[in-house]
Amino acid sequence: MTATETPVRPDNGTTTTPPDRPRTPLALSRWLVLGVMVLAAVYFLFPVWWLLVASTKTSSGLFSGNGFWFGGHFAFFGNVRAVFAQQGGIFWRWLLNSALYAVGGAAAGTLISALAGYALAKYPFRGREFAFNVVLAAVLVPQPLLAIPLYLMFSPVHLVNTYWGVLLPSVVSPFGVYLARIYAGASVPDELLEAGRIDGAGETRIFATIALRVMSPALVTIFLFQFVSIWTNYLLPVLMLADDRLQPVTVGIVGWQSQRGIGNAVPFNVVVTAALISVIPLVVLFLTLQRFWRSGLISGSVK
Amino acid sequence: MTTAAPPTTAGAPPGRTSRHSRRRARTALTFLAPFGILFAAMYLAPIGYTVYQSLFQEHRSGLGLSAPTKVFAGLANYRAALDDSGFRGSLLRVLLIGVVQVPVMLALSLTLALLLDARRTLFKRFFRLAFFLPYALPGVIGALMWSFLVAPGLSPITAAAHHVGLHLDLTSNSLLAPTIGNMLTWGWTGYNMLIIYSALQAIPPELSEAATMDGCSAFGIAWRIKIPLVRPALVLTTVFSIIGTAQLYNEPAILHNVAPNLSSDYTPIFAAYDAVDAGNFDYAATESVILALLAFVLSFGFLRLVQRRGAAL
Repeated sequence: MTATETPVRPDNGTTTTPPDRPRTPLALSRWLVLGVMVLAAVYFLFPVWWLLVASTKTSSGLFSGNGFWFGGHFAFFGNVRAVFAQQGGIFWRWLLNSALYAVGGAAAGTLISALAGYALAKYPFRGREFAFNVVLAAVLVPQPLLAIPLYLMFSPVHLVNTYWGVLLPSVVSPFGVYLARIYAGASVPDELLEAGRIDGAGETRIFATIALRVMSPALVTIFLFQFVSIWTNYLLPVLMLADDRLQPVTVGIVGWQSQRGIGNAVPFNVVVTAALISVIPLVVLFLTLQRFWRSGLISGSVK
Repeated sequence: MTTAAPPTTAGAPPGRTSRHSRRRARTALTFLAPFGILFAAMYLAPIGYTVYQSLFQEHRSGLGLSAPTKVFAGLANYRAALDDSGFRGSLLRVLLIGVVQVPVMLALSLTLALLLDARRTLFKRFFRLAFFLPYALPGVIGALMWSFLVAPGLSPITAAAHHVGLHLDLTSNSLLAPTIGNMLTWGWTGYNMLIIYSALQAIPPELSEAATMDGCSAFGIAWRIKIPLVRPALVLTTVFSIIGTAQLYNEPAILHNVAPNLSSDYTPIFAAYDAVDAGNFDYAATESVILALLAFVLSFGFLRLVQRRGAAL
């Protein structure tokens, strides 16, 4: 049921061919498959490649020459300087805001998800299945629909245009609770909890010292998913935050892009380079913590 | 959470066990409380508030100098929304985009997942990363990138097409929907592929080995063994995709910056946000409820359909 118990076959590309099989017809199909894979990789990578190339060009260079290859003046460092100089260096602030929302929201969210998931997995009580089903149904609620009523509810209590206006809704992750319950149910042994109780440890202490430790791989996964969903969120912050000093980087960049046609609009090369810089933290996170992505998706697909 | 009803001792034998289980239940409620309270405030309350609002209308009396009063309107807002050809059009548009885009994307996801899972495929690690990369990019940044890639005057695709003598404007009215469909496919294929691939990895290798011994081709193994076994993953990705399409907003909103011809009620969420901008919250709430209901009916209808089919098999 969980990631840890799923037999995962080695898939590092080393294929051992059984010696008793004819090889010639397979060579062709192998090339065919490789062709399809390369084609797909080109489709998924070329926009990112374009972004990389475009970030090295000047504003006028973007509109001339081959978009997919370097050319003209190599302006990358000038562009980066321009990004951080634009609008009094507000880009730094946007990056920090994004980090604050994503780290703060995901850390708090992971903890309360772990608590709730653990409680749903390990304590029998009336209405448990119902509570879990409500959480499951909430995974299916289209998020953007909640943003408008939240805005209306936050207005009278003065949470609009504050850090809390984005942080509070970001902390709640039904998907995190779902993952935590699945993982706690499968990997935290009852005997271990019972042993803790016999030793006289309180329930909170058992959770903090035993359960959290056993659940730690799942916690990283939950944190990762929530971090990314907060960092990439656009609708909620764009609605909540009119003050651009509070905005996360996604809202800020789109704000720059939409100034097109207005008097002193932000140049294209600056917007493109800003977009490139804003994805670097996520790409790094995603490359370094790959195995946690997979384990989360496995428990998501095996119900 | 209110749903976790406090346990009653009725029916439980008196003594140690009931005291024990009562204490356990209390602990469970304490552990659930932080999430439960926030969930009620950030999920249940907004949903309730939206439904409540959709049943009211604001009335301004006389010259509009006094504060508007809220009047219960029953289903009048719903009638108005369903009569609104712009809103109906947005629902239909999203439905159409979904009907074409979701199957294309999932077929692509399944194909790539099967190829990644096949024993003889080369450079698996690289391909898996390459396919999943778009998901690691924020949706709006991906949309921003594509908006530049299709923007008239800037688009390298249009330039390349011009080179071979083709006139191509990817932001023209007739190509807006395919352009948005492409943005969605680009952004979500890798995510769905990874879900399906993870399910494929959980299939015991002995199964396909046995089939190979029996002379089954790789294609036959994929079709007869692997695809039926990853059915739950396919169902899950379909439901997620239906809901994802229903809430379509980022891509068209950002495309709007380079394609002014994209109407301000292009998708239902777009229309609802437009109503918010106009200060008409009741109407926005009504549109939200209709959209949520439609997404719910479609995803649950799909689940029921596959469950019935599953039983027949």
